[in-house]
Order: sequence, then structure tokens, then C-alpha cells
Amino acid sequence: MEKTSVITAEKLTKKFGAFTAVDSISFEVKKGEIFGFLGANGAGKTTAMRMLCGLSIPTSGQATVAGFDVYKQTEQIKRRIGYMSQKFSLYEDLTVYENIQFYAGIYGLSDDRIKEKSSQLIRQLQLQGQEKKLVRSLPLGWKQKLAFSIAIIHDPAIVFLDEPTGGVDPITRREFWTLIYEASSRGITVFVTTHYMDEAEYCNRVCIMVDGRIEALDVPANLMVNYAAQSMDGVFLKLARKAVRTAD
Amino acid sequence: MESIIVENICKTFKVKKNRIDALKSISFKVEKGEVFGLIGPDGSGKTSLFRILTTLLLADSGRASIEGYDVVKNYKKIRKLVGYMPGRFSLYQDLSVEENLQFFASIFNTSIQENYHLVKEIYQQIEPFKTRRAGQLSGGMKQKLALSCALIHKPAVLFLDEPTTGVDAVSRKEFWEMLQRLKTEGIPILVSTPYMDEAALCDRVALIQKGEILSINKPGGIIAGFKKSLWAAKATEMYDLMNAIKKEPDVESCYPFGQYHHITFKTTGTEKSILQQIISNGKYTGVEIHPIQPNIEDCFMALMKE
Repeated sequence: MEKTSVITAEKLTKKFGAFTAVDSISFEVKKGEIFGFLGANGAGKTTAMRMLCGLSIPTSGQATVAGFDVYKQTEQIKRRIGYMSQKFSLYEDLTVYENIQFYAGIYGLSDDRIKEKSSQLIRQLQLQGQEKKLVRSLPLGWKQKLAFSIAIIHDPAIVFLDEPTGGVDPITRREFWTLIYEASSRGITVFVTTHYMDEAEYCNRVCIMVDGRIEALDVPANLMVNYAAQSMDGVFLKLARKAVRTAD
Repeated sequence: MESIIVENICKTFKVKKNRIDALKSISFKVEKGEVFGLIGPDGSGKTSLFRILTTLLLADSGRASIEGYDVVKNYKKIRKLVGYMPGRFSLYQDLSVEENLQFFASIFNTSIQENYHLVKEIYQQIEPFKTRRAGQLSGGMKQKLALSCALIHKPAVLFLDEPTTGVDAVSRKEFWEMLQRLKTEGIPILVSTPYMDEAALCDRVALIQKGEILSINKPGGIIAGFKKSLWAAKATEMYDLMNAIKKEPDVESCYPFGQYHHITFKTTGTEKSILQQIISNGKYTGVEIHPIQPNIEDCFMALMKE
């Protein structure tokens, strides 16, 4: 059975003056898919993601996210997505419980639902007894897991992960990816930008951007065969070294 | 001869009422001309150790020496000898590329001309931007400038604290190629990284976690120390497969590893049949099972659990 598309982009373009940050990209992402969005610094990943999140209006082209139009229905889009990045995620000087309450409230959950969801989330992350601790005092790995769980507390259609992990020990990183698999198995689409190539191999499909364009899009195994590489790192290096643009 | 000697170094920080043991009796030696990697996640103690070895922080106990000089008694001598690239970008953001390099050359009483051969290959890549302010450079270019500034006084030892964190895969690769070339100059390099895959590029590595060294060896030696047999399994239904494998009593560990799950067992000899049984009990498509060689990350995780 063909799964429904949750993101569709058709010749999506964003120009800043004479500079084309995103150059006519077209792709689809299916429901429940883990979709990796890769590129070197300056390739246009962030600009593309901002358009899909309803934060930046495209210059031309078409795109829908969770069935809503990226030009006209940006508010509906924002309600149907979750977002997490390593740079910005939780409020360090609020407690675990306060962060959950705050975000759940922003995402429009009712008080009853917030209560139910918080206790479920705390149980799942085995954070019982830690609810009143300041987020600042948690180890980095716990913060990342908590930030991800909060980003999907409203059961969004899609969760955008902008360079979500880094710096944590390998076991914690795998616990994080297990949470992502779990979300995906519940039908939440996961859209990940990363420049850690080993993370790309966790994705169902991977799209590699070079100089604002999509240079390759396929399942990781096919990319490795097509580019005669042992790993995604090898694939990426072959593609990204073609870049003309200087980074940032 | 050893260039860096670290013996039983301990460091504890007090944060309000909490005591944090940042380094718990760390010992290792780095030989002349060696690239020695400290591999570990954030908070494992890498930066504290760098700061102690570069005489910016005092250890609570233990001893360390650089090129025969004690890090406490001979700190002034050491500061002249070492090149240090801190984890956080620490050049002058409002000076230009060239001004930064000139500044670091002049405080060490040398000039760019005198040691240009050392930085040439690296510096040439950013020379077209030499009038640009350092603060305006991309991550990869900042990193090249920082390495140039750490090298311009011809240091006897080079300390690089997470030089590749936060830069993209292309810049990471180029950076390691530069280090390999520096090695031929005979400068010993102590480099730290959270990326396990970079371990393979070092002559020897210390795996470090929560202030303790888990293992010191050549990368090949670390891998040879993985005693269990390791299996890889994949299916289109990765999450279901992982849950089923984890439920199996004979399975010791199952971790997602990109396209595959990596699995170890409590018993040997029956690995394949156990996995085949799990597969036949469920509905999976695109199944693949085969034994594999462990990588550094497999070893790190196994050592973490010991």
C-alpha cells in the first residue's frame, strides 16, 4: 500500500536578492518516514527547513506540509509540526515539569491532556523523581531525550530535528535514535538535518543538498552503491566537494 | 622518548554542594612524533586535562610533564613550547586573518616569514581572505586559522581540543589530512574528539568516559580487544526488529547502528540460529543477517558497560 505524502515540494526556491539559497528543489516525504536532509554548511538546509516550517515564504515553487500550503497556511502548519535543535530546545532555568507544561501549553493541549501526557512522558523517559529538577542540572543526553519527547508531545504530523545530537556518549545517542524509531513507528514523520554522516545511515531516505540544489536522493544503501562508497561519509564527500559556494 | 607524560592526574570541581570528579587518576604517555587521540563524549574530562597540560589549570594531585618540564614548576617554559588550540574559538574576532597570525607570531618573538613553511599549506587556503575579520569566517576557515596561529611559533608539542566539533564533514576530512602532514614534521599531537570514527586516524587513542580512561591502545588493538562475536541485522521494520531482539533472553545487547542493528549474545555458537528464529517469528521484509567486525564505537559501548 502506498503511504500518503506528508511533505511535498515542487521547484521550491528561495532567493535573497541576487543569491539563490534554495534552487528549485522537488521531493516528497511519506508518513512515518525518517527523512535525512544533508548538506555542508551553506548548502541551503536551514533555509529549506524554514520554508517547510512556515517561517519563511518561498520566492517561487510549491510546497505543502501536513496538507497545508507554505504560502497561505503557515499558522496551520506550525500547529501540526514539532521542532527540536541542539542549539535551542529547552529552558535551562525551568524544571523538567515546567518545560513540559510550557511547551504543551504553547502547542495548545488542554490541562487534562497536559497532565496525562506529562506523566506518560516522565514514565517513558524514566525521569520519575526528577520532575522538579532544573533542566540545567540534567546531563546533556537527558536534555536531548527530553527535548525530543517534548517536541512530539502534541502528536504532530512531522517533527523537524535540526542537528539534534552531538557530544553525547554512544549509548545515549542510541537511546535517542530508539525514541526516533518509536515516534516513526507511531506514524510521526521525522525530518532530520545533520552533518554527522553516520546519523544519515539511520534514515529511511537521504537527500543531499549542494549549493542550494538536491544533488542526490535515495535510500542510504543505494547511494552507497551508486557512488561506490563504503559509508555515507564517502557519498557525502564525493558530492559536497563539488560545491562552489563557500560555507556560511 | 616521551613528549607528554601524565601520571595519576586527579581533578575535582565543586559546584554548589555537588562534587564533580572531572579526572580520576589519569595516566598515559605520548611519544615523539605520535598523534594521540583522546576520544570521549562531552563531560568526559577532555578539556580539563588539556587545561592542566597547558598550565592553565592546576591538578589536585598527580604529575605531568611536557618535553621533560613539569607543568607546575616549569609552567613558563611550557607556555613557550606548546601550541594550543582550545575547543572554543579563541582568536580575536575583530582582527583580520592576517593580523591574528601576526599577533601570535609576535608574542612568541617570531615572524610569519620565519616559520611560514610550517603553516604554508593550511594558511594558503585562507590567504585569499586575509583581510577579512576572523569573526566573519566560516567554521572550517576559523579552524584553519586557529591551527595556523597555534603553529606559527614552531611548537614542540601541539594540543588540539576538539578541533573538528561543529564543522562539516568536508572540513573535518581536510583537517585530518593537515594533521597527517604535520606529523611528518615530527611534532607530537594530542587531539581530542567526540567523534569515534576519528579514532582510526590516530596512532594511539585513549577512550575516556566520566573522567576515567576505559582503554589505551592502537585503534586496531582496541578493536582486537572486543572479545564477543558481533552480528548485524536489518529489516525494513527496524523498530519492530529491535524490540523483538531485545526481548530474546540470550541477547546481551542490541543497538541501532545506522542501517543495521548490532547485536551481542550471552552464549556463543548459536547466534545465527537465534536471529533466524526471531526473524521467522515475526513479519519482516528485506531481512539481512551477518557477522561483522566491531568498530571503535562498538568497543566504546562494550567498555562503558564493564
